[in-house]
Amino acid sequence: MSRELFRFRGGVHPPEHKAESNSRPIHPAPLPRKLVIPLRQHIGNPAKPVVEVGQHVLKGQLIGAPDGAISCAVHASSSGTVTAIDVQPVPHVSGLPDLCITIETDGRDEWIAHAPLDPHADPATLRMRLRDMGIAGLGGAVFPADVKLDPGPTQHCPTLIVNGGECEPWITCDDVLMRHRADDILQGVAVMRHLLGSTEVLVGIEDNKPEALAAMKAAAAKMAFPVEIVAVPARYPGGGAKQMIETLTGRQVPSGKLSTDIGVQVFNVGTAYALARAVLHGEPLISRLVTVTGHVLRPQNFEVLIGTPLHTLITLAGDREGTTGVLMGGPMMGVPMPSLDVPVVKATNCLLVKSKELFPPLPKALPCIRCTRCADACPASLQPQELFRFAKAGDFGRAQEYHLFDCIECGCCSYVCPSHIPLVDYYRYAKAEIWAREKDKRASDVARERHEFRLFRIEREKKEKAEKLAAKAQAKRAELATEPEAAGAGAAPTEADAKKALIAAALARAQAKKSETAPKNVDDLTPEQLRQIDEIEARRAKIRELARQPLESDEKKP
Amino acid sequence: MPSPFILDRSSVTQVMAWVLAALVPGIVTYVWLFGPGILVTLALATATALAAEAAMLKARGYPLKPFLTDLSAVVTAWLLALSLPSLAPWWLIVTGTLFAIVVAKHLYGGLGQNIFNPAMVGYAVLIVSFPVQMTHWAGPLELTSAHLSLAQSATAIFGGAPKATLDAVTMATPLDTLRTGLLQQLTVDEVMTKPIFGHYGGTGFEWLAVAFLAGGLALWALRIIGWQVPLAFLAGVWLTAGFLHFYDAGRYGAPWFHLFAPSVMLGAFFIATDPVTGATTPRGKLVFGLGAGFLTMAIRTWGGFPDGVAFAILLMNVAAPLIDQYTQPRVYGGGTEARK
Ligand code: SF4
Ligand code: SF4
Repeated sequence: MSRELFRFRGGVHPPEHKAESNSRPIHPAPLPRKLVIPLRQHIGNPAKPVVEVGQHVLKGQLIGAPDGAISCAVHASSSGTVTAIDVQPVPHVSGLPDLCITIETDGRDEWIAHAPLDPHADPATLRMRLRDMGIAGLGGAVFPADVKLDPGPTQHCPTLIVNGGECEPWITCDDVLMRHRADDILQGVAVMRHLLGSTEVLVGIEDNKPEALAAMKAAAAKMAFPVEIVAVPARYPGGGAKQMIETLTGRQVPSGKLSTDIGVQVFNVGTAYALARAVLHGEPLISRLVTVTGHVLRPQNFEVLIGTPLHTLITLAGDREGTTGVLMGGPMMGVPMPSLDVPVVKATNCLLVKSKELFPPLPKALPCIRCTRCADACPASLQPQELFRFAKAGDFGRAQEYHLFDCIECGCCSYVCPSHIPLVDYYRYAKAEIWAREKDKRASDVARERHEFRLFRIEREKKEKAEKLAAKAQAKRAELATEPEAAGAGAAPTEADAKKALIAAALARAQAKKSETAPKNVDDLTPEQLRQIDEIEARRAKIRELARQPLESDEKKP
Repeated sequence: MPSPFILDRSSVTQVMAWVLAALVPGIVTYVWLFGPGILVTLALATATALAAEAAMLKARGYPLKPFLTDLSAVVTAWLLALSLPSLAPWWLIVTGTLFAIVVAKHLYGGLGQNIFNPAMVGYAVLIVSFPVQMTHWAGPLELTSAHLSLAQSATAIFGGAPKATLDAVTMATPLDTLRTGLLQQLTVDEVMTKPIFGHYGGTGFEWLAVAFLAGGLALWALRIIGWQVPLAFLAGVWLTAGFLHFYDAGRYGAPWFHLFAPSVMLGAFFIATDPVTGATTPRGKLVFGLGAGFLTMAIRTWGGFPDGVAFAILLMNVAAPLIDQYTQPRVYGGGTEARK
């Protein structure tokens, strides 16, 4: 197939390290004794727990219901007893614990009654069913799939891109999924196509995965609708949604817009597979493939129940002496794990076990020499060296002017920097600072408004009192005046004026009361909201600390 | 614990080492054409630069090792040494190097912070302060009978050689000769008949230019430097010279002659490409190079010095931040653009 491909800008090509883990078959990980299932595994509102401690649950049973427009359900990955609903450490960037449901498994792995869905059902109904099945994007951002599968008022999204471009080194879970389960993936794609009303289906796979390409091509030949399997050049971050769109269509997603605005939607192959399980078998999303690789004896891919603690997987793959830490994700954008007790979540694509030999400690940073290698590597066409300068100087306004928020944190700039400056950390720090300031500003705006309103009210009350007194005095005077003159001409209007003033004052008071209550809502935060704020604060402090890790030169400055 | 957790193998030291390596063809040609005196100059400049760098780092409380081994001081020393006359007295070399490292580099904040190219600051200070000593060029081998050995060169540089010896081997550079000739109301063609002029540039000098060009192309092939600055610089020189020559061939030298002056090649590939002091955006680099090329010719033609590369680059250094500001590239998603 000779589709015209487009080259996205920038990018790097780090050593791939794929061969270590992609040759073994998919191995099901055994059922752990305890499953810890976080209620927030996706972007949006965390799910609401719908079970109680002590309750017995079956495999696939709903334990957390979606809450709000952007949210996703959470299910028991196996049968057993709920032993706790509390805050536990989770594998999140922030390193902060989150609400989880702990299930002591009973070993029977007993399913709830489940049946296939009707794949041709009305799209809105089907989407609601998918949301209840907990289908979220498995490619990284973990966006609830029902939201992404809603083409909006236009009712169709012409181009559906299925992303098999696994561009981070080491990770192979999508690769082996495509090799072994290509048919299922395309069944899921068929449903997506139906929901989005797409006319064009493209599957982008990096050309360093010939087996996956072949398997997907074979599967595509069996489909009733045209699916184009396209080999794209292997270059990081070619598997990023925006880069994949550009490679396949030559179009860029406008800054600050969604891909659907240009009629394109992108799903990871893992999401398509999960969708197929949900529609064809009625199975909610309770397991996924996880690559365990790096410094282990048998790097491979496991089919893992959500909630399985990480250490069981590393034991399965064969842990070795000299481990220096574990990343969730790849070496470019992965997150170091605070502990191996944290569970596998929907976002867990890879556990990369580090050692000194594989990941030597990064050299100390030197000052920026403005060589612009970072700019050459940046797929977002940013000027990383300038962003760095502004972030370091605390000049966040300029950083924003230089499009800080278009940075996708891919790490290409840090990767190529000959001065070894941890550039991405500075951007994360700057973004966090800007968010925090916005929040502070909003809070102070509210406070200022409230203060101004108070002054205004005091002023008005004074005026009202004066008016009332004046009106009374006037009435008195009028009364006195009417006595000798019987029916004076001037009395009636005065009385009417006084009445009008009274009514106006009462109205103003009512108005005041109404607007007074409005800002109060801001004080009245729910514990959940307060917790979120605290969480953000903590994350911010942490990032700030990280980014402040001084360059060598700063350290020595007096 | 920052991501990414892997790095490309490149380092500042490696970048600088490549730059030094790319200067080697030029240095070898230099020795072959003008004798080994340049080696003494290079050694003296390097030693001075490292000592000054170490002293400044110490004074400013910086760690010595990472900054001394980054080789940036050595690059500055070599670029300055290659710009100086081949038999420049030792104190001239030391003064220029000290100025480059102490004032132009460290007083402006050290590696990455300096606004001006240190080597060019050193050169500019010397040519303004000691214009006479800055003409102690050894004549090319083809033109001078006597050639100094390494030891003799060292003696000359350190002030031990009698003036007569020096006068026997030094002569004006082609640019000087052209300039002086033009001031004497000779036409370019008349001046060009002098033996110091070769095919394109000056005799010997043109080979030096070719050697620098080769080193520069190697740096480009290795992706140490981009193509924008050198190409734009050369284009700036060539177009300006070409325009002037076309306008009045009797008063303005041929564009090839100006292009194949060693200072132009060295400037285009090794000095104007200094990332710290140049423009950084892709379009900005073009503007920067063109501007430097044009100014080089403007100074050569109308300025007070025979060669304009150093001042042209320093002037463009001043403009670099402004150029950057007005040439910011369009970021991803800011329009519709696709490349194949
Ligand atoms: S790659 Fe590093 S040293 Fe080069 S310009 Fe970017 S931040 Fe500066
Ligand atoms: S992390 Fe941001 S600035 Fe760096 S290369 Fe990626 S998009 Fe560009």
